[in-house]
Amino acid sequence: MKKHIAFVLNGNRMEMEVEPHWTLLHLLREELDLLGTKSGCESGECGACTVIIDAKAVNACLFPVMEIEGAQITTIEGLAKPSGELHPLQQAFVDHGGVQCGYCTPGMILSAKALLDENPNPTDEEIRHALAGNICRCTGYVQIIDSVKQAGQVITTQGEVRPKKAV
Amino acid sequence: MENFSSVGKRIPKRDAVDKVTGRAAYIQDLRMPGMLFGKILRSKYPHARIVRIDTSRAKQLLGVRAVITAADVPQIRYGVMKDQPVLKADKVRSYRDEVAAVAATSLEIAEEALNLIEVEYEALPGIFDPIEALREDAPLVHEENKSNLLKMPWKLVAGDVEAARKASAFTVEDQFSVTWVTHCCLGTEGVIADFDLRHNLTVYRNTQIPSLAQRDFQDALKVMGLKQSKVRIIKPTIGGGFGSKLDTYGFEYIAILLAYATRKPVKIVKTREEEFKYTSTRQPAVIQISQGCDAEGKLTFRDISMILDNGAYTSWGATTPSVMMLPISSLYKVPNIRYEAKCVYTNNTWAQAMRGYGNPQATFAIESNLDQLAEKAGIDPLEFRLRNANEPGETTPQRFKITTCELKACLQEVSKKLDWPNRKKGLKIAGRGMGMASLIHVGGGARVYKSDGCGTIVKMDDFGRVDVFTGATDIGQGADTVIAQIVAEELGIHPDDINIVDKDTDVCPWDVGAHASRTTFVAGNSALMAARKVKEKILQAAAGFVDRWKDKDGTKHELKLDNNPENLVIRDKMIYSINEPEKKIELGKVLRGAHYEKDGTMIMAECFYDPDNENLDREFKGNLSKTYAYGAHGVEVEVDCETGKVKILKYIAAHDVGRAINPMLLEGQIYGAAAMGTGYALTERLILEKGEVMNPNFRDYKILTAKDEIPIEVVIVESIDADGPFGAKGIGEPGLVPTAPAIANAIYDAIGIRIKDLPMTPEKILKALKESRK
Repeated sequence: MKKHIAFVLNGNRMEMEVEPHWTLLHLLREELDLLGTKSGCESGECGACTVIIDAKAVNACLFPVMEIEGAQITTIEGLAKPSGELHPLQQAFVDHGGVQCGYCTPGMILSAKALLDENPNPTDEEIRHALAGNICRCTGYVQIIDSVKQAGQVITTQGEVRPKKAV
Repeated sequence: MENFSSVGKRIPKRDAVDKVTGRAAYIQDLRMPGMLFGKILRSKYPHARIVRIDTSRAKQLLGVRAVITAADVPQIRYGVMKDQPVLKADKVRSYRDEVAAVAATSLEIAEEALNLIEVEYEALPGIFDPIEALREDAPLVHEENKSNLLKMPWKLVAGDVEAARKASAFTVEDQFSVTWVTHCCLGTEGVIADFDLRHNLTVYRNTQIPSLAQRDFQDALKVMGLKQSKVRIIKPTIGGGFGSKLDTYGFEYIAILLAYATRKPVKIVKTREEEFKYTSTRQPAVIQISQGCDAEGKLTFRDISMILDNGAYTSWGATTPSVMMLPISSLYKVPNIRYEAKCVYTNNTWAQAMRGYGNPQATFAIESNLDQLAEKAGIDPLEFRLRNANEPGETTPQRFKITTCELKACLQEVSKKLDWPNRKKGLKIAGRGMGMASLIHVGGGARVYKSDGCGTIVKMDDFGRVDVFTGATDIGQGADTVIAQIVAEELGIHPDDINIVDKDTDVCPWDVGAHASRTTFVAGNSALMAARKVKEKILQAAAGFVDRWKDKDGTKHELKLDNNPENLVIRDKMIYSINEPEKKIELGKVLRGAHYEKDGTMIMAECFYDPDNENLDREFKGNLSKTYAYGAHGVEVEVDCETGKVKILKYIAAHDVGRAINPMLLEGQIYGAAAMGTGYALTERLILEKGEVMNPNFRDYKILTAKDEIPIEVVIVESIDADGPFGAKGIGEPGLVPTAPAIANAIYDAIGIRIKDLPMTPEKILKALKESRK
């Protein structure tokens, strides 16, 4: 039996009929065609499907769709401005070699965003802790950590204020 | 001093914007109208006879469009030795064996249908140890071979090892072993196969070998009776390769068979569990090694024999001994060499290429054993390596012609950064130690197939922009960006004005594949030579070119370029003569001029570059690569003697890269490879019990996470190789090659324990510590 739910996705109000057993990853990829959220293991171990729900980074593959009722969700599609201007994190990943094959990148960026929204000046240790659930096989994490640090600096110095909850 | 505009610059990867915004489409993201979903039923036993397969219930399930077994389809065989059919008929030889497959309208229905297929097996005794598999009474994996020994003998001999052994002042002998590890690409493997109504086949596949796959599938179509059909391979964005996608596999042929049976596009994508269980691994090996030196510490001989677990079938993993020969014959100056390797069939998973292609396994044994020899000879490990280091101009016992070689410089860099000379003089903290290891790898292609070539077409548009059609494959390493930089440099334009087209065999020229760290060198040279031809044509068209224009007030102007094309240059999309640099004409104007004039021409050019390296001859000798990559890694570790845990305090990776075309991407290759190598050294192991993978997930297969801080410092040593594009050599694999032995040597330096079996887990270290205290 389908159920009715309402939520905010990348700033847009959504109302939908969903099957209660769906995961958020299924909703995003299979129902809404938001393919930027990647499926890497479907068991919460790799972080490729990370999205932000109410300021927290979560694995969409484990997240029951019924629990997004009333929630604010940000996926990778919601970060850049419609003009194409990238979020400082996206720009930093581009500029500092944070991207190789790119499969982990959307999830990695959203985990980093959840961190920077709360703490734009994290230590290396804090970054490593925040990204511990996001596996990358290409980079050895060095340039990813660097990208997050650089983005934090850009956000701080440019006074970019990001609301805690995605709007 | 060279004054480059694009080469040597830290330019972002070209598809990075698509990747950070989620726009990049991987095989997982591709859908087609009417597409069906395929699933594969694999064996329940590591070794068994198939008595009966009943697919009738599966066929009746609503939404199922096709169910196939070996009985329903032509027998396509695949693999290097064509030793396996796509669907197994009489016998299964490993848990990976494909027994039946389904295409259905949804993935859920396909999975349900698999459960409805009944297969009756008669279990056979399995063989899981390659040494036991060589015994006379061992069960045979392939009965028709009458032996489990693969008919692919590897033997390399140079000089006289026995005489050298007798004459040596010091010798050491030991045994090392390495186990299964797997690639763990974040984007799993997948395929969509689609036939048109004239039986032409399009395959969407995250492959490293589009041209070779095209040929494999063309052969498969012949077996299917479709001799006239054409195969087109389209690569989506590839979520990592590392060698895993260097062959064609059963699931691809099954997708093709299902697509042909249903005349619908059929998609098969591996789940993470399937990726762990059914991706060909780096192969296990037991390595017997002895080396010797004279009283001055000059190496006299190296003697190695190996037994490799080939698994149930043969993919390229069986040929990794050919690459193991590289370090065995040519890492350091060793006059006398003997090497023999046996690949043995077992009922385990079968092996494939993985970053380094055998070199990391062999180098682990060589460089660990080298430290043992240095200790016996009473010579400092750095000094020992420097005394034996390779040098330019050398021809090695395997007949490699060493052109550029900065191994000594790399070793010195490692020494400097670790402050090696003072390492024992100062405070020697308990449990802390340093180690190093060197590497040689192919750096200028590798002629393992008949061709080592790559084609490029460079096409100018009317405005000074360029389309570059390359055979090269980007698997995340940045081939796209490096090629754009090379072409931009040659043509005097900005890399942003270059469009790289690299995803479709219908438009891209042939390339042997993204392997052997060859893309920057081979595809780069091909692109450079094509760009050079285009530049000549542009300058021909520009010579004597007259530009006429009128101001707003009607004043007429005329500007004529130098008549001699040799005096002309292109800079920032402007053409001018070196004798009259103030007279500049926009590149686009010249291109339009050439295009629109009577008998006009479009300016484009192609190049197929195939380096003049050599296939190995019957004795496995020959100049395999046009140039060789060298490097040295140095590590400082701290071993916790209570827990056995190894912490890496410092990690120096010094590499002779020829020239860094893009230092940022190059460092990315080294960071990534060294991290993967650290996993190989310390944590990674695919656990097989009687042929079954016991840890097919990221919880239990331990790759490094962001929490495992490896403080890698990259040192780029440039040797500007005359044969490389702008002097560059390959760097994709080298960063993984010396990692494990450098760490093993550091652990030994720290606690006096030599771990000879990878991975060097805390359990093994604790056990060895306990035994040493007895």
